[in-house]
Amino acid sequence: MRANRWRRFSDWDERPLRLDRFAAEDAENGFAAFSSPADPEPHVAVEAGRIAGMDGVAEADFDMIDRFIARYHLDPEIASEAMAMPSPEIARMLVDMTVPREALVRLAHGMTPAKLAEAVAELNALEIAFAYSKMRARKTPGNQAHVTNAKDDPLQLAADAAIAVALGFDEIETTMRVSRNAWSNAVACCVGAAVGRAGTLFQCSSEEAEELQIGMAGFSSYAETVSVYGTEKSFVDGDDTPWSKAFLAAAYASRGIKMRCTSGAGAELLMGFHERKSLLYLEARCLCLQRAMGVQGTQNGGIDGAPLTATVPGGMRELMAENLIAVWLDLECASGNDARPTESEIRVGAKIMPYLIAGSDLICSGFGSILKYDNSFNPSLLNGEEIEDYLVLQRDFEADGGLTPIAEEDALDLRVRAIDAISAVFEELGLAAPTAEMKGSVAAASGSADTESFTPREVVAISEAIRARGITVVDVIRALDARGFRQEAENLLQLVKLRISGDYLQTSAIVRDGRVISAINDPNDYLGPGTGYRVDEARRAEIAAIRDVLTRETVIDQEEEYARKAATGLRLKTMGPAGRGEDPREVTVGISPAFGRKLFRTLGGLALSDVLSEIVAGIAEGGGTARLVRMGHTADTSFLGLSAARLSGSGVGIGLQAKGTAVIHHADRLPHNNLELFSNAPVTRLEHYRQLGFNAARHAAGEIPDPVVVPTRGEAMGARYHARAALIHAVETSLVGDGAAPEDIALDPEGPST
Amino acid sequence: MTERLTAQDYPIAEKRPELARGRQGKGLDEITLDALGRGAVALEDLTITADALRRQAEIARSANRPTLAENFERAAELVDVPQDVVMAVYELLRPGRAKSAQDLVEAAAMLRETYGADRMAAFVEEAADVYERRGLFAFRF
Repeated sequence: MRANRWRRFSDWDERPLRLDRFAAEDAENGFAAFSSPADPEPHVAVEAGRIAGMDGVAEADFDMIDRFIARYHLDPEIASEAMAMPSPEIARMLVDMTVPREALVRLAHGMTPAKLAEAVAELNALEIAFAYSKMRARKTPGNQAHVTNAKDDPLQLAADAAIAVALGFDEIETTMRVSRNAWSNAVACCVGAAVGRAGTLFQCSSEEAEELQIGMAGFSSYAETVSVYGTEKSFVDGDDTPWSKAFLAAAYASRGIKMRCTSGAGAELLMGFHERKSLLYLEARCLCLQRAMGVQGTQNGGIDGAPLTATVPGGMRELMAENLIAVWLDLECASGNDARPTESEIRVGAKIMPYLIAGSDLICSGFGSILKYDNSFNPSLLNGEEIEDYLVLQRDFEADGGLTPIAEEDALDLRVRAIDAISAVFEELGLAAPTAEMKGSVAAASGSADTESFTPREVVAISEAIRARGITVVDVIRALDARGFRQEAENLLQLVKLRISGDYLQTSAIVRDGRVISAINDPNDYLGPGTGYRVDEARRAEIAAIRDVLTRETVIDQEEEYARKAATGLRLKTMGPAGRGEDPREVTVGISPAFGRKLFRTLGGLALSDVLSEIVAGIAEGGGTARLVRMGHTADTSFLGLSAARLSGSGVGIGLQAKGTAVIHHADRLPHNNLELFSNAPVTRLEHYRQLGFNAARHAAGEIPDPVVVPTRGEAMGARYHARAALIHAVETSLVGDGAAPEDIALDPEGPST
Repeated sequence: MTERLTAQDYPIAEKRPELARGRQGKGLDEITLDALGRGAVALEDLTITADALRRQAEIARSANRPTLAENFERAAELVDVPQDVVMAVYELLRPGRAKSAQDLVEAAAMLRETYGADRMAAFVEEAADVYERRGLFAFRF
């Protein structure tokens, strides 16, 4: 009978990947990543030093976006030169390490959106990542966190902000479940972010006017909610124009607040005004517009549209390409990697890798430092659940993703400090009086589901009071100082003081060690290997210091601890030099140098005393006689087995390493051509060792028994065993002596091991 | 300000701290926690000045970022414009808020005459012209 389905498809149906949906390419309806028949040919017309036409549109027909780009972005003195260069040639310059960044930035000043899109479309994903690494504005990479929770609980916000700061995030961003809680969220996060160190920039994503007011009260230091769009209709639908947004950009700067715009592929498609253009072309318009407005940077790379963009062929490559245009236009780039575009952990890891390796001003424009359900922006590509995965990726690739591991004991201290600090501020300002129970529940909580703290209604009252009473950062600093949080008060004052000089308004500015670094004083100077950003020794040590790392000492300590606690019952007595046996039924078991001396259990956790007993019993069951021999000249399974076989009266021997790997060998065989091999020590159970002994005895009797099958689904090769296996083997080999002769040993239940 | 700053003067707080002064003239070393505790420092002392923005514009221009420099220069003109006026002009620039170009032209005149914000005024007038061409004075809500 013919089957109606290959069952592999049923297996595939169960994978998380299949929860993702994919869209067919359909340029007519806006589902095209890199090009659409409706995209214009790159073109510019310069007349009398003025831009008289751009990308197929004459000046008289310019829409608002065209007009703003032509007026403020395009440099007529460069446009003719840049537009005349073939796009493939420009693309090669982007990946040519000998062409300096500045030369390409200069050309971009004369390139239209269609030209920029055409040039980056020449590059494959690897080339885009490389060009991004070369073109990004600031040399030192950074990262940004989301700090939110499902209850808008200020105690948890403060604790989580302190953790985000300790992890090394350069910026933290909050938003609210209840919009009226903006002021409470802002105070809680800015106090929490002052715990531990100074200088982490903070923003409260809120309604435009309120966000600016929160910034003016000194609580927040940057904004990135100023969205722009690639078609006129979506711009107007978003209730703004290039002029209104540019006005807002100036307003933020006039208040000393760092600002970047937001745009990303898929926004126009989501809003229904895509004009049948490709995602990349529309995004190129957004980015030219942003440079035209004079903002220092952009939050770009899909953002809210990333999950939609990821449904089309080449979508992820497109997100990388638009980020490349952003940095080519000399904008700071908070490069997306926020909205989670997939249910597949493989796609998540693949998505972040190019950015982690290339570096970025802010690798994520919102890494969820909190658990997924607490992320009020919606889950990020990476969230609190996955922070350690990310830390390990940094360590694997020796790539600086902007984060630093934190020690478990420090984390709890920081949380308690932050909770105490915000509680003191609330008490001092007469806003609320958190109880010890509330504080305790938040300190230990992984997420808001575990807390007994403020209710959203109580938070509304706190937030309204902060707003209505006109409380500013000065009041908060004074309250911290008055209640003994002097360092936190200093840290917060230091951050607010940065406004006076305006240094952090320049492109790609962040604060490290109390100092502003930006594209001005830390410019990306990549010109090939050995240049640009490099992970130095100190930073490498920080990145490598993840928790729970095995060392040779910890393995030996653990073994001794095990031997002491488990009272292994393994008593081996050395009897003297081992000679060739005479008994034709004899099966010799050759154990490894550290067996029962320094190592006491297999990788599968079995006591070596039990393993040895089972093998001996199995040999007896098979009609054989067991003899134990300790090898000193080798720790290798094959040679343990072969050496044992050559001492055996029957010519059949067993080699047994302390980690549990075993072999049945024969004296006449080549070293690696054994009778049976038991290589999957982590899944080998006592019954298998007994069967091993039995089979060895049957081999000794001249039979060919059915080989022992140790069932495995591949778990024995799991990554959890590798480091331990290598360290255990190092303990074995350290006891190997050249030419050391085998010694007979006896199980001696009474005496100590010798 | 006769001297023109360059990237070499950046960051100003480190390289040229004598130039970093708050709205009421206080230098960075005068703004301390103790001064704040005494009430000798207020929020006003922690805000940016038009001079600071013009200096950052010079630095941005020297780093070949002319559009960023222009934004800082427009911002310098808004430093002394009260928040409610800033927000009112922003609101008027949003689609459909102004009922005709005249509303924007009047806002531009106010910025120029009351606050000396010449660049910003020209910018708003430009918007009036573009909005007229693109039919943005239509009723929206």
